[in-house]
Order: sequence, then C-alpha cells, then structure tokens
Amino acid sequence: MTRQAEPAVTSPPAPGPGKESDGRTRQRPLALRLLARPEVGVFLGAVAVLIFFLITAPAVRDGSSMANILYQSSTIGIMALPVALLMIGGEFDLSAGVAVITSALTASMTAYQLSMNVWVGVIVALIVSLAIGLFNGWLLVKTGLPSFLVTLGTFLILQGVNLAVTKSITGNVATDDISDMDGFDQAKALFASSFEVGGVNVKITVVWWLVFAAIATWVLLRTKYGNWIFAVGGNKDSSRAVGVPVTFTKISLFMLVGFGAWFVGMHQLFSFNTVQSGEGVGQELIYIAAAVIGGCLLTGGAGSAIGPVFGAFMFGMVQQGIVYAGWNPDWFKAFLGVMLLGAVLINLWVQRTATRR
Amino acid sequence: MTTEKTGTHGAILQDKAPEKDAAIVELRGAGKSYGNIRALHGVDLKVFPSQVTCVLGDNGAGKSTLIKIISGLHQHTEGEFLVDGAPVRFSTPREALDAGIATVYQDLAVVPLMPVWRNFFLGSEMTKGPWPIRRLDIEKMKKTADHELREMGIVLDDLEQPIGTLSGGQRQCVAIARAVYFGARVLILDEPTAALGVKQSGVVLKYIAAAREKGLGVIFITHNPHHAYMVGDHFSVLRLGTMELNASRSEVSLEELTNHMAGGTELAALKHELSQVRGVDVEELPEEEDLTAPVASTEGKS
Repeated sequence: MTRQAEPAVTSPPAPGPGKESDGRTRQRPLALRLLARPEVGVFLGAVAVLIFFLITAPAVRDGSSMANILYQSSTIGIMALPVALLMIGGEFDLSAGVAVITSALTASMTAYQLSMNVWVGVIVALIVSLAIGLFNGWLLVKTGLPSFLVTLGTFLILQGVNLAVTKSITGNVATDDISDMDGFDQAKALFASSFEVGGVNVKITVVWWLVFAAIATWVLLRTKYGNWIFAVGGNKDSSRAVGVPVTFTKISLFMLVGFGAWFVGMHQLFSFNTVQSGEGVGQELIYIAAAVIGGCLLTGGAGSAIGPVFGAFMFGMVQQGIVYAGWNPDWFKAFLGVMLLGAVLINLWVQRTATRR
Repeated sequence: MTTEKTGTHGAILQDKAPEKDAAIVELRGAGKSYGNIRALHGVDLKVFPSQVTCVLGDNGAGKSTLIKIISGLHQHTEGEFLVDGAPVRFSTPREALDAGIATVYQDLAVVPLMPVWRNFFLGSEMTKGPWPIRRLDIEKMKKTADHELREMGIVLDDLEQPIGTLSGGQRQCVAIARAVYFGARVLILDEPTAALGVKQSGVVLKYIAAAREKGLGVIFITHNPHHAYMVGDHFSVLRLGTMELNASRSEVSLEELTNHMAGGTELAALKHELSQVRGVDVEELPEEEDLTAPVASTEGKS
C-alpha cells in the first residue's frame, strides 16, 4: 500500500511542558468556593435553626434536651444516609419508610412465633430487608421503569403486607412484647442502648449515625464504588460505555437502603419491645427531604453524605424544638415544608451566585 | 479488579507493536440485519496501525451500525469480523475494550458533573491499599491524567473542575486521551467534529493525527469529507448500508470524495427537480456526468 499524497495533518501537537496553565480560569475566593458546596449551605442552615431555637426555647439549652434532639435526628439520619447515596446514584426509594416497619415486624414475629433466640429474628429480618432492596433494584434495572413507580408499588405492597400479616398472625395490629426472650439484652445493647457522657444520657444510635456518616463519606469520595455512585447518577449510559457495572451499583444501592431500614427497624423493635404494624408511612418523604436539604441532587450525580447529616439534624431540631418551645406539635410538618422549600431555594441561590463565572 | 499493576495501562502499545501490514481489525463482507431490515451489507474494512481509516456516509447510511458492531454493542449477522486475524464476536463493549478497541462516542461517555480526573479514570480507577480499606489513589490519578493530557497537548488549570465546564473540543480531546492511555490499539471516533466549530474541529483533528503517530489505528466516522481528507489514509463511503467507495488516499481526490459523500447522482436528480422551481439558479450546479467518480478504482487523480 503506497501513500502518494500525504495527509495534511501529520505532526502531533507539541506536548507543552512549558505551559503550566491555560490562563483562562481565575481562582475564585475561598469563601465563594466553600459556599458553592451544598453541604456548607445546609450546615449554615442547621446552625441558623439551632440558634433560632436556642433563643426561642430556653429548654433546648439543656444538655439532656440536646441529647434528645440528637437522638431524634439520628433515627432520621441513619436512614437518610443510604437514601442520599441512592439519590446521588440517580434513584429514590418510596418504600424506605414502611420497609423499616417490615423489618422490625419480621424480626419480632419470627423470634416470637418460633420461640427462638431474637438474633434469629434479627438475621431473618436482615435477609428480608436486603431482599426487598434487591427486588426494587432488580425490577428497576430489568424493566427500566422509573424508580418512582417501582418503589411506589413496593411501598403499597409492604404497607398492606405489614398490616395483613401482623393481624393474621398475632390477631392484633401490634406484635407481642419480646423483651423477655433470649438474646434480647444483647441485641438491645447493640441497637438501642444508651450511655452517660458528662451526666447526659446519650443514645447509641447517635454514635451509629455518625459512624455510618463517616463510612459513607469515605466510601463516596475515596473508593471506586463511590466513584461509580456519582457516575451512574450523573450519566448511566456513559458509565456503562466506559465499563462501570451500572446494574451492580444500582441494585447494591437499593440493598443499602434495605440495610438502613433493617438497622432502624431493629432500633425501634429493641427500644419499644413491640412494633405497630401501621407505622412508617410518610417517613420515606422525611428521609428524602433530609437528603435534598443536605444538598443531594434529586436527579442524581451530585451530593454528599455529610449534607444529609445536617439535613437530619435540622429535622430533629425542629421536631424537638417545637415541643421544647411549648408550641403545638401539629405545626411540625408545616415547619418542615417551609424549611425544605427555604433550604432548597437558598441552596439554589447560593450555588448560582457562587458558581457564576 | 483494576489495580495499578493489573490494568491495561500503557505498556500494551509496546508489547503488541504489530507489523505494519497486518490489519488489527478487519471486516469481510460483514452485515447486520435487524429483523427484516438490512442495515448493513457486504462491508469490507481494514484498519491498520498508524493509519486513519475514514468512514463517510449520510444519515442512515449505516455508519452507526458499523461502529456498534466493531465496538461490541451489536453483533454482525453476516460475513466475518476479525481482530488480529482471528474471527471474533463481541457481546459487550467491555470485550471490545479488552481487545484494544476503544470507542469515543458522540456523547463522549463522560459524566458532566464529575471532575476531569474522575472522568478520565472512570471504570478503570487506580486503587491502593488492601481490601477493606482499598481506596482511590487520587494523587496518582490526578498526576497521570494531567501528564497524559499534556502529552496530547491539552493543558487544564484545574483537574477538579467538572468536565461539563470544558468546551466541546476539550471534552472530545479528554475522551481521546483517555482511550489512548488505556491501551487502545484501535480508536473509533464517532463524528467527533459534528458539533464543533471550525477551530475546535481543527484541535480534534490534531489529536487524531497525534493518536496515529502513537501507532493507533483510527476509525474516523464523519460526514464531513473535508475533515476526513485532512487526516485520512483510507476512505470508505457507505450508502444505504453498502460500501460505495473503498479507496486509499492515493486513489481518490477530495473532489471525488465530496461528490460521493454528497450522493453524486442524487444531486443531479435534485438539480433537475430544482430547475422546475422558479428562482433557483441551476446553471452553476454540476451535471450527472461530471459527478461520476470511479468507484474503488485504482487510477488516482490526485
């Protein structure tokens, strides 16, 4: 094969070791760059809410009420973490709220009805919770349906199953008390104990919440899997084309929500000894709201694990703060709604201002 | 799976430096039918190292189908597809990648919100440390990405900026640099200049030349014959799923190429139709006989 006419462009562009920068970007001031990060916005929001209640509700200033607020935040926060990761991965899970109750019911009834060590129930509940996540994820990946539809289906199914199965087995809407069964104390120590810090009674879930948040942050920013979460949420098709296991990532994220539901479910079971089968409805929106306030993009591809921690803290703060301030707790949901809209709008405005070039 | 040791990075080009005459990728009478629709039929294509093979064709000519077969998204239904002389049938893009065939798609397969360096290594991240604490080797990845990009002549201030903030040409170049770095032997570029301005297109063409200098076989899909002629060594024109022209650079002039691309005889028919419409000056338009360039002939005019 002879080449008579040489192609017009033959020489590669000279590698430019001398040129250090293209000189077209200017470093923006640190404060602006920080404000552009959504978790900084929500941190400021959380501080604002805290200051507001410190002023209006003097009872909040007490150490034990602060521990109480943190406890309230942790029960939301533990679930908000996997929900946030799933949201960064581009999906959300409406069944997360009732899945918590499903898990607690499974553990309670398995152990009680079979008269076995509660740990058997705990393990069975874990398997069931992961299976629900697997089902959600598998159906989503197989059918390509939006996660709203798939998880709305599971939400309704679980809501019905929770009530119907509990009634048919126990003859009641609540499960039987399992506090005198084998292994209960061990399990309670893990999921629902508390300890003293400087005379203040702190629930163990607060510790778990912060531990999980630290792990989630590390995974998200420092591991391959975290990279994949951002990628599948940002652009699924591109991720697949460069070899990211999209199916694995999505399904495992749903299973992670299942794990969170199991953990919170176990906490509820071992702190109250019994489970009300009709609960959990509406909680899924609280988790999603905490993640969104925490700066996770509803459409996926952006967010953090630390943001939802502050988001959950804002929720816990408001929920308890209203009580400490002596107001009618019925206002809680309205307050939440205002906070959600406010946080989202402020975030949007701050990010636009800070990222403007 | 991929650690800094086991990846396909770098070394492959030296290891497998093939003889100049052996085609890396070869299609023999390949075709593809979707049900009863024949999208591609009887296509012969050879891709040699250090050569740019241009595939031209109008919309619907079968260019996309051709890429999809080579990149492993679809399987051919007739003919043969050989890599290094051995018949293959890829079932996933991953298999094609492992064979050294990398595709830079029109949408570039980048995640706009992610930083440049994360995009560069997406799907083949470098890690360090034992399993429970195995983590991304961020420093090394940033350094490598920066080095590789500079090697291709792309200088970026901040690898942390989301890739979505880069210009179309820069993004294209990052995608090409990524494919080159990950040991691609054959680079398929799907209309890389389609959405770009004149200057940006020039930049991309330079990188195509750079990839060729590195010893890669390049398949350059385009419908711009001018761009193709600037860098191409071999030209294949597809029309309605079949090969209309298959000629090396010495056998075809830019003019002929343009005519083939524009659909020669169809244009003449169009001229006839336009002449019926008042207000269109058809005097300057070419006649059918002016447009019949030799099909895969050996007499070079250039």
